Amino acid sequence: MKHRIATLTAITLIAAACSTGTGATTTVSDTMDPSGSSTTTAPIPAPQKVVVMTHDSFAISDATLAAFTEQTGIKVELLPSADAGTMVSQAVLTKDNPLADVIYGFDNTFLSRVLEEDLLVPYTSANVEALDPSLLLDTTGRATPVDFSDVCLNIDKSAFVSTPPPTTLLDLTKPAYRSMTVVENPTTSSPGLAFLLATIETFGETGNYTWKDYWAGLVDNDVSIAAGWSEAYWGEFSAASEGTRPIVVSYASSPPAEVIFASEPLDEAPTAVITDGCFRQIEFVGVVNGAARPTAGEAFVDFMTDVLFQEDIPLNMFVFPANMDATLPPEFVEFTTLPADPVMMDQDRIAENRERWLDEWLELVR
Amino acid sequence: MDAKTVRLVTVGHRNRTWTVAGLAIPAVFLGWFFIYPVTTIIVKGLSGGDGSPLETIVSVLGRGSVRRIVWFTLWQATVSTLLTLIVALPATWVMAHRTFRGKETLRALLLVPFVLPTVVVGAAFTFALGPEGPLGVDLRRTVWAILIAHVFYNVPIVIRTVGSFWERIPEELTHAARTLGESPLRTFLRVTLPLLRPALAAASAIVFLLTFTSFGVILILGDLGHSTLEVEIWRQATGLLRFEVAAVLALAQLTVVGVALAFYTRYERTKSVRFTGSRISSAHPFARGRDRRIGVGILVVTVGGLIGPILVLFRTAFRVDGAWTTDAFTSLSTRASTAGLFVPPSEALANTARFSTAAVVIAVGIGAMIAVVLTRARPRVATLFDTVVMLPLGTSAVTIGFGMLVALDRPIDLRTSWILLPIAHALVAIPFVVRSMTPALRSISTDIRAAAATLGASPREIWRRIEFPIVKGAVIIGAAFATAISVGEFGATSFLVRPDRPTLPIAIFRLLGQPGSINQAQAAALATILVGIVAVVAFILQRSGDRGEQL
Repeated sequence: MKHRIATLTAITLIAAACSTGTGATTTVSDTMDPSGSSTTTAPIPAPQKVVVMTHDSFAISDATLAAFTEQTGIKVELLPSADAGTMVSQAVLTKDNPLADVIYGFDNTFLSRVLEEDLLVPYTSANVEALDPSLLLDTTGRATPVDFSDVCLNIDKSAFVSTPPPTTLLDLTKPAYRSMTVVENPTTSSPGLAFLLATIETFGETGNYTWKDYWAGLVDNDVSIAAGWSEAYWGEFSAASEGTRPIVVSYASSPPAEVIFASEPLDEAPTAVITDGCFRQIEFVGVVNGAARPTAGEAFVDFMTDVLFQEDIPLNMFVFPANMDATLPPEFVEFTTLPADPVMMDQDRIAENRERWLDEWLELVR
Repeated sequence: MDAKTVRLVTVGHRNRTWTVAGLAIPAVFLGWFFIYPVTTIIVKGLSGGDGSPLETIVSVLGRGSVRRIVWFTLWQATVSTLLTLIVALPATWVMAHRTFRGKETLRALLLVPFVLPTVVVGAAFTFALGPEGPLGVDLRRTVWAILIAHVFYNVPIVIRTVGSFWERIPEELTHAARTLGESPLRTFLRVTLPLLRPALAAASAIVFLLTFTSFGVILILGDLGHSTLEVEIWRQATGLLRFEVAAVLALAQLTVVGVALAFYTRYERTKSVRFTGSRISSAHPFARGRDRRIGVGILVVTVGGLIGPILVLFRTAFRVDGAWTTDAFTSLSTRASTAGLFVPPSEALANTARFSTAAVVIAVGIGAMIAVVLTRARPRVATLFDTVVMLPLGTSAVTIGFGMLVALDRPIDLRTSWILLPIAHALVAIPFVVRSMTPALRSISTDIRAAAATLGASPREIWRRIEFPIVKGAVIIGAAFATAISVGEFGATSFLVRPDRPTLPIAIFRLLGQPGSINQAQAAALATILVGIVAVVAFILQRSGDRGEQL
């Protein structure tokens, strides 16, 4: 008995010792450490790092982050969370003792909540002049747009050789496109929610033909509702799986991704975007209220909205830069059709009605 | 062990310090990393409502939709558990009582379904349950899809946990009953079943908790009308940011799990027959004729059902754009082809190895101490521990993950420390370690130790010659479970803010979040590696375990 417990205690102690051995956080870029550099004559005062909370889709080149450290002497520490909703929840729950200096990746469907919860302090970057003015949704100067993407219907081009592809949202309810569409469940999926919001904005809540009539039409036309994007795209979309549905709710940037991530080089994208009823998702960054290193946070907001970072965004995150001076990579120019007039919905209206709409939607489709 | 002997052992022990430490360390661990965080998050959530916490509870529970969710969660978990037992028992019997070539490999493979991410095998299930699948009926997005997937994921648990117990029940016992004129059914009901009860109860408890908190299966395969507490807590907390509703649901979940566990421990204490069985397995080769036909038939059906989704996974990994290739594997070390992941997928492998090693060490260490407590402590203490240990299995990943985030900033800020991941994994793995160790520890009867002592064996010798070999085998089974759980854990992992880079399941999930055929193939390749790791670890552990048993 004695020995047994002694052994077990030893194991636990080893485990505890291991925990202190491997460093607590990831430092993405540690090429420059001004405090340790002998060439620095006047030591740069703190801050020397910035902690950035992101969603799990965040990605950027190592070289880009290294450039920030080079320019400012500030190291970047990333705290990746799960999806944007989980990240916002985590930020709200920890706001008394924040984890990060900067929070990036909440979109316009969560913007109201972020502002309401007072998660950010005002900061206006000098780059704001260069940002697409249609993306500047926050009038209080706290949330700065970094990128945007459009949730759009994608089609499998090979399925529409002899028959014309649908061109409008309403087409999906027509007999010619019966059993062809797969969408994501808006109660569990972010593109699913975006598509629902697009239908609500397009068809309205009042009148002869509301969004509810539209969804009744979709259900009558045998729409398939998948749990999330992966299940819809990889499970049912005919261009990407053995599934049978040639119309899927995805992103405007999905066709170029199909080309870039093809196993064999492709001359053209196997999929295309329907530009009607695209919902614009805008992702924001802000300096955290109560941040330990607000100045470093501000520097990082400047950096994220500057051309270098902005031009690195498309091929890493498959979204579009907010900065109008940023040049798009050729794949994005060639294979993407951006909707001329994407659906935008007021973020306060989203925040106020989201739960009710989702409940009503569930009643319609169940 | 009855109350009297327990007291004798405890009181008669020479070194109380170790006993206290054996109790205190697991207690501090569970208190610090489970009870405190979960309590904090629920209290915080409740106090964020419009009214008093009590008003919030009453108003949320008053909703018809919430009551439906609670009811459906309970219903599907109960039915899933019963179906799993029914499907698993024939194969369990064959695995326990017959030897055949490849049995050890098969047993190792049984851990594989554990780590198969639902998002990866979802397509296999969608096909299998579709009109063109082997069942020939369209069960997609029905309650049947949930139940069938739950049976798939949990049958291996029953085969493994009940099997090792069953093989110690000598067939002579059932033969004796048959000779005395009992029918096979009555023999099973009157002899085998009572003897198996503790193992069946333990396996059912684990399967019930796992299906009670099932997430991916419900989300991906379930129909729209039916949500469970686990899914709803996640949706309320991360989709709608309704923390007060999530808190009430989390409280409801804990209450149901607590009641179920109390019922189970009570049942186990009063109803189970204490039967340590023979140390030597009574398994023997198939007899010719009917015995072989039935046995092999059972195995083929059960294993076939388990292996189908795995084969679909392999096919996705090795078949890219209609050609057989290993490209998905060879490209894993380059980040060039993997947007959205930020690191080469191969790095996820290293992360998983690191986290899992730590998680297994913690789970086995703490789990072993708890197993000792359960077999040695006073019944009341043991029951309490038993219940608390199982609770994390029945607690939503959101509750644990968010709880750690709000509670663990003092005295040391652990919220972004990498150790949180192994700790969260260990919380889920410990029940398995404890469940696989307690029967073995119980089999070290006081009589054997007393006899050895009377014969002049020193405590050291008793430990080395009697206790250690038994404990070693049990530790190894526990470690195998812990490895499988840690390597495959997705839920809690995704709700912790990760300072370190992704684990394998997270990387798979991320890759599947991107268009492009190479991303899908790489996800399948990583899942294949995941399967490989678990099979190999289980196999190695098992072999060393068997050698330990033979000592």
